[in-house]
Amino acid sequence: MLKLVTKNIGIENSHTLAVAKANGGYSRVEKALALAPEAIVEDVIKSNLRGLGGAGFPAGRKWSFLPKDSPKPRYLVVNGDEGEPGTVKDKYIMIYDPHLLIEGIIITCFAIRSHKAFIYIRGEYDLPIARVEGAIAEAKAAGILGDRVLGHDFALDIVVHRGAGAYICGEETSLLESLEGKRGWPRLKPPFPAVEGYQRCPTVVNNIETLSYVPFVIEMGGQAFADLGSERNGGLRIYSVSGRVNKPGVYELPMGTPLRQIIYEHAGGISGGRQLKAVIPGGSSAPILTAAEIDVPMDFDSLAKIGSMLGSAGIVVFDESVSIPAALLVLARFYAHESCGQCTPCREGTAWMTKIIQRILDGDGRMGDADNLIRIAKNVLGNTICPLGDAAALPVISWVTKFRPEFEEWIKRGRPVGQAPIPVTHIGERTAVAV
Amino acid sequence: MSSSGHMIDHPGPVSWSEAARREIDAIFAKYPDTKSATLPIIWLAVREFGWISPQVEVILGEVLKRPLNEIHSVVTFYTMFPQGPLGRHHIQICRNIACWLANAPELMEHLVAKLGIRPGEVSADGRFSLEEVECLAYCECAPALRIDGRYEGNLTREKIDRIVEEAR
Ligand SMILES: Cc1cc2nc3c(=O)[nH]c(=O)nc-3n(C[C@H](O)[C@H](O)[C@H](O)COP(=O)(O)O)c2cc1C
Ligand code: SF4
Ligand code: FES
Repeated sequence: MLKLVTKNIGIENSHTLAVAKANGGYSRVEKALALAPEAIVEDVIKSNLRGLGGAGFPAGRKWSFLPKDSPKPRYLVVNGDEGEPGTVKDKYIMIYDPHLLIEGIIITCFAIRSHKAFIYIRGEYDLPIARVEGAIAEAKAAGILGDRVLGHDFALDIVVHRGAGAYICGEETSLLESLEGKRGWPRLKPPFPAVEGYQRCPTVVNNIETLSYVPFVIEMGGQAFADLGSERNGGLRIYSVSGRVNKPGVYELPMGTPLRQIIYEHAGGISGGRQLKAVIPGGSSAPILTAAEIDVPMDFDSLAKIGSMLGSAGIVVFDESVSIPAALLVLARFYAHESCGQCTPCREGTAWMTKIIQRILDGDGRMGDADNLIRIAKNVLGNTICPLGDAAALPVISWVTKFRPEFEEWIKRGRPVGQAPIPVTHIGERTAVAV
Repeated sequence: MSSSGHMIDHPGPVSWSEAARREIDAIFAKYPDTKSATLPIIWLAVREFGWISPQVEVILGEVLKRPLNEIHSVVTFYTMFPQGPLGRHHIQICRNIACWLANAPELMEHLVAKLGIRPGEVSADGRFSLEEVECLAYCECAPALRIDGRYEGNLTREKIDRIVEEAR
């Protein structure tokens, strides 16, 4: 089966320059630097390469939005925050093929005429950070980065910026604020980063995985890359699979691969011989699918059509034994914890939804609480500065709507007779402070 | 959003080592402005001083040429900047969805019983501190934790016992 960004995983020392080069590393830079920047952007548009951080925006089109005549410097900011629950893919690229990422960054910076890139990596990722920094140092020493990239009249510097523990900093404008040394409070858009990003300069923000596919677009050509995927969704992508499956892990497969095939063929089916109950298809923010909905092709447009999202392609699988209200509490608590607090509907709404789900699980649910949850979620939806509000509201709406009888059973009977309390612990606070 | 708990003072005055000063210059050289160096320099301070105290905030304000209230608002926004001493081994255990599906709450109880501390606390001998965190992005090996900058997954009670013993 064809693999691209994961093809070198398993090769010994795949993270080193020598091994990367022996496996094709940096061969696409030479090809790209001989092209006109605009021609690269055109080819990436043709490739249907989509943003793989979550939003799915076509990468080449995003690049084409940079103002043509701005005298300001342009920046590329690479999103390696990888905070969306269920999503584990970018770390494989950073750990096993950091030179592929650097190659993608070089080509992209050349295409958008940028001479400085920042890679923002989540603070917990010590090994990925060490590998990427090591690869940058090797590339500099080899003349691949610096004043003259591989001897060409093109200068590029890459800086790794370590995050410090905040899910919201994965949102692109929050990330830019954080990079500028501030709290990660998202900015109102417009202006979009392409016009006013880092330091109010034109900035492209792309995910690690998105940029790692760019060398393959150059290698095979935009059309051939597009043909690997489904309509308007080019190429492959990495699906992260976790939860109640026999073989959790990362699987690089074509865009549009049916969800059923990923769960049953690649991830080995449901663990414990149980039945499938529900699936989160694209990270915790993506509305849930029932077992009847898994024949959907995993691409951005097909999932949008059935009211969910491909998002980060973080697939979380629930079997028949999982309590949906209890699982929703885990997510509601997460969003309440991660709300930056800037917008009232998000700050208050996430706290209220968590409280109501908690009381339902405690056996103190009130008649009408299912409707209360949906009403509160709808008040958050679309009324906030950044999409975290929607990300918190959408699961609540979809889970309560699709599994309403389960919520109502808890509300009517209190805790189902004979069932132990479901452990969703709330043992303590996050920041370790000595007492 | 991090809870801005109570900051703990350092016992005496704090100052940058020579090596840290050189590193600060190197950090500034990477960015087009000084403000962008804020997070890396706070990280450096965590390495130098163990945690961010009011005294550390003062010297951060001096090198970054930023008012103290700005420094404080940044430090307290992020969950990875400790505001008091941690144990020699800091354990972060994930409570999010994949780990929850893989029995994380029970393992958390086990860890609490074993270490005799709850999340947010440091053991009396100063060896361990514990923290409950959101998704570590190690869901494929759930349940997962992070200790001393490395990840451990596919946790069982036995594996947790071994990790704790090895860290002692
Ligand atoms: C709350 C929130 C969290 C996000 N977290 C991430 C993340 O961890 N990594 C990422 O690449 N994109 C994340 N995104 C998406 C970014 O805002 C942005 O769309 C993306 O980095 C653009 O790159 P792409 O077009 O290559 O996907 C997040 C968005 C939101 C609203
Ligand atoms: S929607 Fe939530 S996370 Fe986003 S800016 Fe508003 S309060 Fe902050
Ligand atoms: S949910 Fe625990 S590592 Fe992702």
